Amino acid sequence: MALASVTFFALALIAIASAVGVLIARSPIYSALSLVLNLLSVAGLYLTMNASFIGVIQILVYAGAIMVLVLFVIMLLNLDALPSPRSIGWGPILGFVLGIGLLAQLLYVMLTSFGISLEAAEPVTTAMAVENGSANTLGQILFTEYALHLQVAAILLLAATVGAVMLAQRRFA
Amino acid sequence: MEVALDWYLALSAVMFTIGVFGVLLKRNAIVILMCVELMLNSANVALVGFSQSLADPTGQILVFFSIAVAAAEAAIGLAIVIAIFRKKRTVNINDIHLFKH
Repeated sequence: MALASVTFFALALIAIASAVGVLIARSPIYSALSLVLNLLSVAGLYLTMNASFIGVIQILVYAGAIMVLVLFVIMLLNLDALPSPRSIGWGPILGFVLGIGLLAQLLYVMLTSFGISLEAAEPVTTAMAVENGSANTLGQILFTEYALHLQVAAILLLAATVGAVMLAQRRFA
Repeated sequence: MEVALDWYLALSAVMFTIGVFGVLLKRNAIVILMCVELMLNSANVALVGFSQSLADPTGQILVFFSIAVAAAEAAIGLAIVIAIFRKKRTVNINDIHLFKH
């Protein structure tokens, strides 16, 4: 299907461009806004993959709650853009080389295995993919097989909430 | 899936590398946290791609838990940034060196 390819490449282009935007923006607020755009385009990718539940969770939790928290903190701290460094030390150069090395390694692994089809039990049809990504399927697995893990995640979120409130209190600083 | 899995993996690799660049090159602590979110997000793309192309929903369960952990990480990380900002009046990681002296 040509339409699916066009949608994928458009969304992937937006995702990569906005990820680069996070990197090159001077002000943290522009970084945060382009990260929101990145998360929304990734949510669009999930929806084109028929993973509807994860796509909606991505928009609600990531692009909604987490990014609102980040923007809130940026505005609370009233940050300006940091001044440009007076001299570029060895740190950024080393970081650049390490990053390029990582990308080369990842792409090498990917190119050597390009086109290898994974051993699915049977050919995956669109109906199977839609059923696989639906909230019904995932909910049934989440509340039976992974019920304990769900409880642990709940305790983790509770601990994180209590910890964040305690850390951000004035008397702690 | 109409688009081959390889393209999703390539997108995931590129986004992960951009996140690594951000963590290594940026000096603002909040932007570094955002770049960590970017890396987690790119791993999620690969997981959902595998899950949907193998028709195995377990990968999406892992993404669900990964999003929960990312939310916890963001809350704690930002609280630490606020606590440091109260003390040092900066979020530049080059100026935050409590262990150096």
